[in-house]
Amino acid sequence: MPTARTPRRPIRWHIAVFLAPAVLIYTAIMIIPLFGTLNLSLFTRGEGGTREFNGLANFATLFGDPRWSGAFWNATWNNLWFFIIHMLVQNPIGIALAAILSSPRLRFAAFYRTAIFIPAILSFVIVGFVWKLILSPLWGVAPTFMDTLGIGNWFAPWLGLERSALTTLALISVWQFVGIPLMLIYAALLSIPDEVLEAAEMDGITGASQFWKIKLPLILPTIGIISILTFVGNFNAFDLIYVTQGALAGPNYATDILGSFLFRTFFGFQLQLGDPHMGATVATVMFFIILAGVSLYLFGVQTRLRRYQF
Amino acid sequence: MTTRKTLILTTAIALCATGTVAQDVTLTIESWRNDDITIWRNQIIPAFEAAHDGISLDFQPMAPAQYNSALNSKLDAGTAGDIITCRAFDASLQLFERGQLADLTDLDGMANYSDVARSAWSTDDGAQTFCVPVASVIHGFIYNAEIFAELGLEVPTTEDEFFAVLDAIEADGSYIPMAMGINDQWEAATMGYANIGVNFWNGEDGRAALIAGESRLTDDAWVEPFRQLARWSTYLGRGFESQSYPDSQNLFTLGRAAIYPAGSWEIAGFREQADFEMGAFPPPVPAGTDGCFISDHTDMGIGLNAASPNQEAGRIFLEWLSSDEFANLFANAVPGFFPLSSAEVTLEDPLAQEFLGWREQCESTIRPFHQIVSRGTPNLSNESWTAAANVMRGTWTPEEAGEALQSGLSSWYEPHQ
Repeated sequence: MPTARTPRRPIRWHIAVFLAPAVLIYTAIMIIPLFGTLNLSLFTRGEGGTREFNGLANFATLFGDPRWSGAFWNATWNNLWFFIIHMLVQNPIGIALAAILSSPRLRFAAFYRTAIFIPAILSFVIVGFVWKLILSPLWGVAPTFMDTLGIGNWFAPWLGLERSALTTLALISVWQFVGIPLMLIYAALLSIPDEVLEAAEMDGITGASQFWKIKLPLILPTIGIISILTFVGNFNAFDLIYVTQGALAGPNYATDILGSFLFRTFFGFQLQLGDPHMGATVATVMFFIILAGVSLYLFGVQTRLRRYQF
Repeated sequence: MTTRKTLILTTAIALCATGTVAQDVTLTIESWRNDDITIWRNQIIPAFEAAHDGISLDFQPMAPAQYNSALNSKLDAGTAGDIITCRAFDASLQLFERGQLADLTDLDGMANYSDVARSAWSTDDGAQTFCVPVASVIHGFIYNAEIFAELGLEVPTTEDEFFAVLDAIEADGSYIPMAMGINDQWEAATMGYANIGVNFWNGEDGRAALIAGESRLTDDAWVEPFRQLARWSTYLGRGFESQSYPDSQNLFTLGRAAIYPAGSWEIAGFREQADFEMGAFPPPVPAGTDGCFISDHTDMGIGLNAASPNQEAGRIFLEWLSSDEFANLFANAVPGFFPLSSAEVTLEDPLAQEFLGWREQCESTIRPFHQIVSRGTPNLSNESWTAAANVMRGTWTPEEAGEALQSGLSSWYEPHQ
């Protein structure tokens, strides 16, 4: 029987060719350095400056030595608190502002949108410096302003007190970045078709209940994306802390987050010389923390989100 | 035809150019003193270049906080400049041990320096020296003489008088008694602890005892300065917890604070900013002690990159640095950085001269945690920043601060185990 010869499919070179630039660049600037870091964390500087393999000993030091692990867990919990403040304050405010801005009856919507988004394009250096000045007990606007309101006694040098410094910095960061969730949610709200909303109105669902019952479920996937962006951004944060509090993340390490801890370890500070191997170890742990968070979201949350096709 | 002519011409020009380059050497200077850039460009470099044909200098400073790590990376990568400004003690010693700084023991000019001056840039046994000592900074207190005159205050010499003056300024209420903040933490340790502590641990003796392991940081000599700092916090302005270093400088130069715990490096800046008469006094001595000590900290040396191709020219420059001419030029250009050489120096700035005069009355010592005891992790010097700031904020008691520092030191330093 003549078997129909399946014609051999031509190798589709164009796929490889088109993928090549992205793959090559991504490999060169992301994958190779990532594995370089992982590799570096398995070594230590031996006598005479040689590089010696010592397995997972750096990780044992980081988690086992009371000083290292104390500093590490302090930074991790601070970082978690930093993230929680963002989730509790930045994202709800972003969603609320987007809901208000998308209301067709609001005037000057474009102006508000721009004004709220502008801090997000400012440099950390400017934001840190401006807020340090605003909150300065000596020349700041905040104490004077609070005095005129008659609540001057409530003013405290927040950035210098252990119990309030981290929360203050987190709120400054929220102020800076609230425009990002605002923009994403705003876009998502605009993409909800009018027919859906009109159908809701026919059924008598209007106003606030329309937001909770119709719009919010439809923008849940976007909120998920915002949460994961916030998570990754917060656990990689460093600039704001460094600009306002310096590399020692004072007062008494109350504002030390993983980024500043990594910086001090890797590059050293003042008389403390840098230790690239312990630094790489901290960086590796940070990578796994972020990987775990993202995986949790991807497999635990995103697969369960319901998507609606319009 | 024309092409060939052009080619020959170009080659000729190129050859000439390389010829001149081979004779003219440019030495690049690595430094953390970006504040001094105009002084180097306008005064020091022209003075050197006028006397040395064929050697030109390029001063390339960077931000102080980044200097150590950036310099290490540049030296490792082989991209560092020819002349290296040396931090005192271990940071530079490590560079020398790795062969990155040239040995300058046989430099003729080294004879102009005392052993103490060289100690910051010598091996532990003192046999080899690898940087030319350039400058030291002296700690003390700068005061607003007009406020002192207005309130009828005498310059304090003892600890009791010091606190009496602070009480008097506070009672008057028009001025903040002392300008100091702890947001940046290092002021508390450097201008606070290292400044006044010298009289409690008796200068070099106490420092040597700590290095030898004979004295512990939980001893009274090391805890008492913390107790003093804890008392200071009532005299600082409102919200000193988040007051930064520039804030404190401005408070003083605007005439709103009476006393400023200082390092002599402030003099140049204060001269520019403040329009009132200023005076200075050394750290007040505690009751029942005779003699006095000052923190006269070896701060800056200048050495030669061992990998530099311009060793000859570099040595010529370093010889010049050790000359009396440079000592006078530098001391007057940067008032508050005092030359370490034995050259006879006259300072035009009376405030700087006042600081320098304490060398005659009191014994000099350096900051206690800079040599040897900050070699490990945790780093004692950095820990002392946090500890001093914590004491002033009230987070730690002075005794807790001493214990925290001691346990950190004991965790790696053998003489303390």
